[in-house]
Amino acid sequence: MNGRHFASAASLLALCGCSYAPLTYMRTYGPAADPITSLGWGLTIVCSIVVVVITMLVLIATLRARATRGSMAAIAISRSSNGLLWIYIGTGLSSLVLLGLLIWTMITLAAVADSPKAPSLTIEIRAHQWWWEARYIDPIAADTFVTANELHIPVGTAVRLRLIGDDVIHSFWIPALAGKTDVIPGQTNAAWIEATTAGLYRGQCTEYCGLQHAHMSEAVIAESDAQFQQWRTLQLSDAASPESATSLQGQQVFLSHCAACHTVRGTDAGGILGPDLTHLMGRRTIAAGTLPNNLDSLTRWIANAQAIKPGCQMPAVELSHEDLVAVVAYVQTLD
Amino acid sequence: MITPGLTESDPLGVQRALPIDAKLDAIWRTQPGLIGTLSCVDHKRIGLRYIVTAFIFLIVGGIEALTMRLQLSHSNLTILSPEAYDQLFTMHGFTMIFLYAGPVLSGFSNYLWPLLLGSRDMAFPRLNALSYWVYLLAGVFLYVSFPLGMAPNAGWFNYPPLASGTYNPGPNIDFYLLGLIFLGISVTVGSANFLVSLMRTRAPGMSINRLPILVWGTLTASIGNLLAVPAVSLACVLLFMDRQFGTHFFDVEQQGQPLLWQHLFWMFGHPWVYAIVLPALGIVSDALPTFCRRPLVGYTPVAIATVATMVVGFGVWLHHMFATGMPMLSVAFFSAASLVITIPSAVSTFAWIATIWTGKPVLTTAFLFLSSFIVLFVIGGASGVMTGAVPFDWQLTDTYFVVAHLHYVLIGINVFPVIGGIYYWFPKVTGRLMNERLGRWNFWTMLIGFNVGFFPMHIAGLMGMPRRIYTYDHGLGWDTVNLITTVGSFVFAIGVGLFLVNLFVSLRRGKAAGDNPWDAPTLEWSVPSPVPAYNFRVIPIVASRHPLWEGRLDEFPERSSLTDGYVLNQGRETLATTVLDAQPDLILKMPGDSMAPLLLSLALSLLFVGLILHSAWISGMGALLSGIAIVIWLWPKRALGQRAEAPHV
Repeated sequence: MNGRHFASAASLLALCGCSYAPLTYMRTYGPAADPITSLGWGLTIVCSIVVVVITMLVLIATLRARATRGSMAAIAISRSSNGLLWIYIGTGLSSLVLLGLLIWTMITLAAVADSPKAPSLTIEIRAHQWWWEARYIDPIAADTFVTANELHIPVGTAVRLRLIGDDVIHSFWIPALAGKTDVIPGQTNAAWIEATTAGLYRGQCTEYCGLQHAHMSEAVIAESDAQFQQWRTLQLSDAASPESATSLQGQQVFLSHCAACHTVRGTDAGGILGPDLTHLMGRRTIAAGTLPNNLDSLTRWIANAQAIKPGCQMPAVELSHEDLVAVVAYVQTLD
Repeated sequence: MITPGLTESDPLGVQRALPIDAKLDAIWRTQPGLIGTLSCVDHKRIGLRYIVTAFIFLIVGGIEALTMRLQLSHSNLTILSPEAYDQLFTMHGFTMIFLYAGPVLSGFSNYLWPLLLGSRDMAFPRLNALSYWVYLLAGVFLYVSFPLGMAPNAGWFNYPPLASGTYNPGPNIDFYLLGLIFLGISVTVGSANFLVSLMRTRAPGMSINRLPILVWGTLTASIGNLLAVPAVSLACVLLFMDRQFGTHFFDVEQQGQPLLWQHLFWMFGHPWVYAIVLPALGIVSDALPTFCRRPLVGYTPVAIATVATMVVGFGVWLHHMFATGMPMLSVAFFSAASLVITIPSAVSTFAWIATIWTGKPVLTTAFLFLSSFIVLFVIGGASGVMTGAVPFDWQLTDTYFVVAHLHYVLIGINVFPVIGGIYYWFPKVTGRLMNERLGRWNFWTMLIGFNVGFFPMHIAGLMGMPRRIYTYDHGLGWDTVNLITTVGSFVFAIGVGLFLVNLFVSLRRGKAAGDNPWDAPTLEWSVPSPVPAYNFRVIPIVASRHPLWEGRLDEFPERSSLTDGYVLNQGRETLATTVLDAQPDLILKMPGDSMAPLLLSLALSLLFVGLILHSAWISGMGALLSGIAIVIWLWPKRALGQRAEAPHV
């Protein structure tokens, strides 16, 4: 994306009084999206011109020779000119414009269909009602790890995404990095992303997937290779052991109430129905982008997830106040 | 100031009643009272029933939309629960697409076809009644789910696995599937009736190159429906079997294919979109020239464009599925087809503009609706080109940009022409003109409300707002644009309200219209307003596309004969003509009013109620009664020449 496009994007957004729209795709940051964005602006501009021209023609045609008095029957019926030239010229010009757009479309399609360089990282994404499971694939099995909802990728590296359906159809979308690809049960779809600039890129499920379709966000954090390797090393490690008495008590609560669905590597908690929580505190948000990841959110979420995300798979867990405080203290140790 | 209405220079004036009128009226009139109402097969009354019922569904669907707009007017509102929101948007889509947009055009065509074609009724009057009753009962069947809290909740597109028994075990989806199959019966018999009516019941001389464009539109839509509806009915049957009888068509666990549904659904869905716009384009092509005081520019190209749109329309369904991981070659082909389909639309657009440009436009309310439609059509077409370009569609799809696009298409191309069409034909139906002053208020409120409401949806889409979310977070920057949309949608609703007010006011107090208040050129304006039960005193003989203008256009020496023609007064009769040239062929004995269509519809309802209740008894009873109703319907009648004459003793 060049600066001119950004200026147009900014003015467009300013038009509707919004200075910030993290999910816009009219400004993008990667080779899987940038050619599309140029095409998008091109289409927007061409189509806007067409609409303005046609509107003007209709207005002029209406006003230039309108009948102003008398009854309808008093106006003579005549076929003054057959008018066919309008159709020939109008349709001819439209066809030429469409042909141009079609060629541009096909060039763009070829440009983004696949990554020009071989992807050096493969992430397997499983979409669940209503969260994302991400498995970083490594040829060495022990170097494969699982996280949820937030992907970290190194800047300047093409990343292969393998999208695997689990329950119903979802659609994976990081607008600043690439278009959507549906995640469909029974098939594995492929997509690729690459970020040219470090930053946080938000996304959201875009195929209607049931009650909490509105709360199924994802994010990509693009960072330097060094930062990424550091993050990766941490993800490969087991969870740190809790130290304080409260968090030790919380661990016991977790094992008896939460472990059936959640995994914390290095403990007996090995459930696979919910997100892997081994390094939960490294994530910005919880519940697939629904809440910021902090003490208050964690407490409210664990106490009664159904009040926050009605219909989600996390049940309301019956916990005493003491147990709740303890388990929140424990999960906060999962750095 | 233009004043529509009769003047001294009116070439036709009001027709005087003749003795033959009373005889024809006695033959064709429906008996008053409940029995008459329920057994009526008059195409005009059926047409009006279609339109009134469709508008009731439009109002219901509109209320659903306004409720959703309240929920979305600001971030994180909790006016609606997620489940309520999901049911509302599903029902809103189903209602507007299946219960309003299609049926309202069937209403227009039912009312107008025999009048446009110069016949006394449709080819199959009882089938016509069946088509209406099934539509009504299918709508009622679907809406029964609402008060039960079991309305369909998987979107009007109803994708499995979300719509499968595993993820949606309640009866919600069964209401959807059975309702759609039921409604499909109505669409199928209605389309078959249009097709045969066109081929056989045109007035002599009404050759295919003289058909009004509305007829071309409905003809094309009917053929499209006959080819497309089986796909969706099949999909519904398969999914119903998956849910109730344990088959595995869409069940991934057993090697079923969820995408099979999407293919079947959109093979139907996209042609259906054209079926619910092409007749509306026909309304514009026929009514707009009257107000421009000249014939339509480019009749032949526009008629061909109508048919071409539907033909190409069968080859674009994959553009609803660009993000499903199809091979690049497939998406490239369908992307190209989706851009190509714009070309016939360009033909029509420039034909309308040329008609206005080279004519002398009279700015009645009807003209305002029909001409502003052109702009809305082009906006919807332009956003359609944007979504047809496959790589950009990967960004646009399932965002509010598509919501904006489809509302410009469905409201711009269906609602605006329909309301313009009602302003145009209301005098023919009621004998009264609609109020022009209220009409201006109606038009401007609707136009402004519509654009304020729906244009910002494009922006919301470009800002990344996904469809079908019941709420959104403040930090996403969508608050302002959604508030504007909500305000606009309420203004639009007020505009529709003003239309209804005008309708009721004009019905009681409208100025007397006379037979041809707009000095329009086509056959329906040659008969009295309101139209008598028998339509035409004599079956006219048509010599041109503009029977009432031909004297003034003076392009051919031949003249249509509107006062001398076939009388056909030995019972209910109309003339059958040959398919292409409309040469007189046979006299058709038409059936009279009959309860059989209603009985069959009720019996079919019972069958579907039994299916939803899992009751073999009720379903079996419904099937049995349907069989009996069909026997009653088809029982040979002497009056129709279906039984040999009794021997004379």
